[in-house]
Amino acid sequence: MLSNSVPSLTYRTPGMNTPTQLPGFWSRLSLAFGAFFKAAGDAEFAARVRDDQVGPVAAPPAPPVPTPAPAPAPVAPAPTPLRVNTPESALQLLTLLQREARLIDFANENLASYADADIGAAARVVHEGCARVLKEHFTIAPVRSEAEGARVTLEEGFDAASVRLTGNVVGKAPFKGTLSHRGWRATDVRLPQLAKEHDASVIAPAEVEL
Amino acid sequence: MSARYAIGIDLGTTHSALSYVDLEASDGEQTAHGVLPIPQLSAPGTVEALPLLPSFLYLPHPDELAPGELALPWSTEGETAVAGEMARSRGATTPIRLVSSAKSWLCHPGVDRRAAILPSDAPEEVTRVSPLEASTRYLQHLRRAWDQAHPEAPFDQQQVTVTIPASFDPGARELTAEAARNAGYASATLLEEPQAALYSWIQGSNGAWRKQVKAGDIVLVVDVGGGTSDFSLIAILERDGKLEPHRVAVGDHILLGGDNMDLALAHLVARKLAANGTQLDAWQMRALTYGCRGAKEHLLADPNATTWPIVVPSRGSKLIGGSIRTELTREEVTAFITDGFFPRVEASARPATRTRAGLTQLGLPYAQDAAITKHLSAFLARQAGATAELEGFAGRVSAEHTFLHPSAVLFNGGVFKSGILSQRVMDTINDWLYMEGAEPARMLEGADLDLAVARGAAYYSYARRGGGVRIRGGTARSYYVGVESSMPAIPGMEPPIQALCVAPFGMEEGSELELPGQEFGLVVGEPVHFRFFGSTTRRQDGIGDVLDFWGPDELQEMNEIQATLPAEGRTPGDVVQVKLHALATEAGTLELAALSPEGQRWKVEFDVRNTDNQ
Repeated sequence: MLSNSVPSLTYRTPGMNTPTQLPGFWSRLSLAFGAFFKAAGDAEFAARVRDDQVGPVAAPPAPPVPTPAPAPAPVAPAPTPLRVNTPESALQLLTLLQREARLIDFANENLASYADADIGAAARVVHEGCARVLKEHFTIAPVRSEAEGARVTLEEGFDAASVRLTGNVVGKAPFKGTLSHRGWRATDVRLPQLAKEHDASVIAPAEVEL
Repeated sequence: MSARYAIGIDLGTTHSALSYVDLEASDGEQTAHGVLPIPQLSAPGTVEALPLLPSFLYLPHPDELAPGELALPWSTEGETAVAGEMARSRGATTPIRLVSSAKSWLCHPGVDRRAAILPSDAPEEVTRVSPLEASTRYLQHLRRAWDQAHPEAPFDQQQVTVTIPASFDPGARELTAEAARNAGYASATLLEEPQAALYSWIQGSNGAWRKQVKAGDIVLVVDVGGGTSDFSLIAILERDGKLEPHRVAVGDHILLGGDNMDLALAHLVARKLAANGTQLDAWQMRALTYGCRGAKEHLLADPNATTWPIVVPSRGSKLIGGSIRTELTREEVTAFITDGFFPRVEASARPATRTRAGLTQLGLPYAQDAAITKHLSAFLARQAGATAELEGFAGRVSAEHTFLHPSAVLFNGGVFKSGILSQRVMDTINDWLYMEGAEPARMLEGADLDLAVARGAAYYSYARRGGGVRIRGGTARSYYVGVESSMPAIPGMEPPIQALCVAPFGMEEGSELELPGQEFGLVVGEPVHFRFFGSTTRRQDGIGDVLDFWGPDELQEMNEIQATLPAEGRTPGDVVQVKLHALATEAGTLELAALSPEGQRWKVEFDVRNTDNQ
């Protein structure tokens, strides 16, 4: 996108209209993805992405990052405090997905009463809109550049947050295995700024035609 | 002036954009440039920075939005209107509060462009705005976006260029310059859009453009925007061993663009649905237009696709049961877009014109013939002699040529992202050339179809400072005032008039000419009106030449112009003898002035307020 060529833009810094207690960039990101995939209804994939996305991915200038609740806590003498997320960005993403893709409408329908052709027609609206939201508000790149199915070697000290080991996880690094999913990483997030008084909990206003 | 940036603004009919060149980081033809993302409301209380600012203004009802929902990154104290994406999307469901196509109204000769007339179908209680005011608002929004992003380099200290259609008459140019002044632009220069497209192409080539064109080339710029189509011819000259582009001709104003195509398709699909018993309301019609645009783009980009589905989502929350599915087929797109807007016609084809039904036009004067290729053939035929007197072009034009032969074509506008459409235009032009035994024209590669105008305008701001290549050419028309002929009047007929040339073709910017011989008697305190004409083809007329006859296509009558001598220091009713001066300003506008023998100077107004008509 063109906006990338403009270094002076300040999407991520809170502007004069943004509430002051904004969550940090990475916590917003985690929230955003959590909300998106939960809403999409694929729990297993959601879990995988959530696990991939949380934590220090590309050495961000972030405060010490604990893992959110669902991840299995490592053996530790004292529990590390968990991050508290504000729902604002998640609501914002839902608003976008409803506006562009009618996602809430779609998820709230009972599929049992419709023929596949009707569902397919609606799915086009949802798919096209979701793709637009992802393209306009995120820059998403694969975590691993190799083709899926390729043999990969993980050297010692690899980033466990961005690569998940599965199957016969024994021995020590370097680990050799097959890439079954390339993973996704958001390299940029461009969520709209909100006015101070804006009520983000209204995902879609009711419409009254006069 | 301590300008750090050269800024270019594309003030489009449907979208505006701001591009810039960093002067400190640029040298010669190597430029450091970018496009400024424009923060704008995309929904109430939601601000997004987008590369384009849709040129729409929404005038909300006082109860329509919660307080604080119009906040922007800059102060919006006292703002009652919304510009940009939210204006466009809201306005689609409440069109009575939406101002659109302000630019087309700005050059509409039949209305008072300073009068609050938009939206034209708004009810009484909506406070309307003038076309001038709407344009001012878009320019103001862009200025504030710049100042917010670049507090270190204030907008009014930068070198700024605003683009206009090449076909804009002096009145519309003047109004655009006025809108820029009202928006706080200290010194903006105007540039024709097809020239901007060529500048952008030159800039994008990083110097390689000299390999793609040579001396003797004639470049045809075909610019089909969202709402207008604009053509220009640019000849490549060689002077002192350097290539120098000269703009030699511009086309007429054609209100016909990409949006008309989407609308045409939507109506076609709506008729198809109606035949099956499904009636669409206005809201669904808008969704259908949007879906048709997507389907059209897919079908025109992929020659192998035969159909593309379109879904009109339900308005209520029942998405699955309430959505309407239909499709657009390749045959429909071919028949409606490729053959409807770009038919393969003979070089002798001309656009059809109908006499207008009423005397007054309430809406915009849209083109009556949708065939862009016919408008193009008419343009090239009218300009058959455009290069006859250009140095280095003698002998290239033969009297047997029925139209001017371009040797290269540069496309601009999102419509031409479709290779099928640009190829269709190339094939049609090359058929015409083949019939006259000429070499085929080639397509200039590497054009940036969406942002070329803004980028080219920024490059022009830069080139004006001596940094790069400049297109020459001066004014694209010669101008005339009507003077009564001394022939005796014939009962029942209008007294014949002669056309007196007051500004010749190709006046270079900064030049001023005095009309020799002729003096006009102006009555102090009373406005004097002149009939005013322009010609895009009479290159040979000098200032002061008087025409007794002219061909029907040669001179186009424009709005009356008016000179008023203020009464200060004079007796109202006195007659003062004045001389007319024509000045092509550095800012890209034309000025006519009346000079008294004592050297006093009054501007002749191009945009006469038609108070009695409103």
